[in-house]
Amino acid sequence: MTRLFISRDSTALSLGAEQVAAAIRQQAAENGLDIDIVRNGSRGLYWLEPLLEVETGQGRVGYGPVQPADVASLLEHGLLEGREHPLYLGNIEKLFYFKKQHRLTFARVGLTDPVNIDDYLAHDGYRGLKNALALQPAEIVKHVTDSGLRGRGGAAFPTGIKWNTVLNAPAEQKYIVCNADEGDSGTFSDRMIMEGDPFVLIEGMTIAGLAVGATQGYIYLRVEYPHAYVALNEAIAAAIQRGYLGENIQGSGKTFHLEVRRGAGAYICGEETSLLESLEGKRGLVRFKPPLPAIVGLFGKPTIVNNVISLASIPVILDKGGEFYRDYGMGRSRGTLPLQLAGNIRHPGLVEAAFGMTLREVLYDFGGGSASGRPIRAVQVGGPLGAYLHEGQFDTPLDYEAFAAISAVLGHGGIVVHDDTVDMAEMARYAMEFCVEESCGKCTPCRIGSTRGVEVIDRIVDGAEKDKNTELLRDLCNTMTYGSLCAMGGMTPYPVLSSLNHFPEDFGLQAPKPD
Amino acid sequence: MQDYQNQKSTVLDIVNAHLSMPGNLLPILHGIQDTLGYIPPAAVEDIANALYLSHAEVHGVISFYHYFRDTPPGKSTIHICRAESCQAMGGKKLENHARQQLGIDFHETTADGRFSLEPVYCLGNCACSPSVTIDNEIHGRVTPEKFDQLIAAGKGVAQ
Repeated sequence: MTRLFISRDSTALSLGAEQVAAAIRQQAAENGLDIDIVRNGSRGLYWLEPLLEVETGQGRVGYGPVQPADVASLLEHGLLEGREHPLYLGNIEKLFYFKKQHRLTFARVGLTDPVNIDDYLAHDGYRGLKNALALQPAEIVKHVTDSGLRGRGGAAFPTGIKWNTVLNAPAEQKYIVCNADEGDSGTFSDRMIMEGDPFVLIEGMTIAGLAVGATQGYIYLRVEYPHAYVALNEAIAAAIQRGYLGENIQGSGKTFHLEVRRGAGAYICGEETSLLESLEGKRGLVRFKPPLPAIVGLFGKPTIVNNVISLASIPVILDKGGEFYRDYGMGRSRGTLPLQLAGNIRHPGLVEAAFGMTLREVLYDFGGGSASGRPIRAVQVGGPLGAYLHEGQFDTPLDYEAFAAISAVLGHGGIVVHDDTVDMAEMARYAMEFCVEESCGKCTPCRIGSTRGVEVIDRIVDGAEKDKNTELLRDLCNTMTYGSLCAMGGMTPYPVLSSLNHFPEDFGLQAPKPD
Repeated sequence: MQDYQNQKSTVLDIVNAHLSMPGNLLPILHGIQDTLGYIPPAAVEDIANALYLSHAEVHGVISFYHYFRDTPPGKSTIHICRAESCQAMGGKKLENHARQQLGIDFHETTADGRFSLEPVYCLGNCACSPSVTIDNEIHGRVTPEKFDQLIAAGKGVAQ
């Protein structure tokens, strides 16, 4: 029997992976070929999806992008033996795009059957949990602290410190909450993990439970990810059945229950306190801090709220030790960051790499420049609340502090590329408009400021008292930055001001003085 | 508009199945919308009574979340992504084209009841923008031409 791999990842499906799988199944049956199609996650080389891989004596051989009409010719040319064909790619792991990555968190994504627990175990799965079960809670937390891991959701808060706070908060009930409300546009790494290797997230959350004494976990998943919902629930059922979730995990006497809850299309629920309100069954209004969720979190109990990638990085840290992970990266940014290349880019996809690479390397060496072939003019890093960067900033290394120094953020690692046809005044207006749509409404700078922001930008573009209105926009952004309750209103000025500062000509203003 | 009396027992079954669950309001609302396609305004009273909440609290939650709707959707719901990555690849053109082709704006349903059109802010398909979902099926690199093909092929609409 020959094993074939066709992804079940949303993006592969959006390009016709399901139809390709159906065509192969049908033609194999007609020709009496003995095949097994594994529906794996995506390797993350999205311009090659739908990607078809076949297991041969010489390893896995890839073909792509494959459409149903290609299947007959692929089989004729000897697909099952991994022979030459115009769509032949060879071993995917030897392609520059893949080879130059450091796949720690994404080690198994695209390689294994995402919901097959035996496949997970055969590829180093649950080794981190095994080690954690032999450690004291404080020792587990120490590994996480030593790793230097910082919250990958965007805020980059040291994970070990958060865990230690929950560990030391006395309570009969504590919770682990996974923030899987990956609402930042331009990001898809959480989705890829949940669809492509859900066990790694489950394992990470289980270890978090052991570390702080929490017996219940929730994955708050955005409703826009129906395929992740299915994969997570299949994996949770398998983990329960095999004694990796529930009571007496692997005979240890420890308990951890896990449940997936769906969000309902509110961007603000990616903010941790709003998320907790939503999990409690309320409107997603942001809470005042303090108290921190680590002290007073879900249902008033101490709670770890971590992003998907943060939690999915825990198993490798507990497997290989905090130092192993810490040895990747630069400065205070340790380990790897899964970057997501999107928008107008020739080679979009997932690039997990140690911190320190420059944006230019990512855009050109990996991304291959724009998809349209036109010059890249503006790049938004870190989601809809991230700054727009211009050509002169592309040599900035991907590092939390280096980005902060140029008034930008790395956020969740999303990189959205725009070519020179972009109108940056329109993008700035959109940023304010998005804030109008998604503000929870609790604080005035965000709720009212965003509406006024749209109006002021319109007036500047219309040429009405340009100087006065530009000053007004800056003043408004200042109020939003310093007066908002959370990052929604507090960071909307990033894309607005960066557009205004770097691309004033799009607002009909004078070009900037060279700096 | 369907008569709520026909839906009431479905609503109560879903509510009762979740009574012991902590933070059960969103799972209940999802259950109702998964089954009925929307949350009938008349259901608010029943949900509120069962959970010891006020009518205003339940209504407030339903209206806070973009995903929940209180009117029946068309046979198929089309979501078009409006976020930055899709904009960088012609999303605005697609958005305008879809509105024109369907003859409706966002949050509306075609007169024949076939399609509802909703905006969405990111489907996580940014590597292959612009993106559209028709019911739960996702489509990438959707040009206006491809959009027309999907609609003509009756994608999503139960025939």
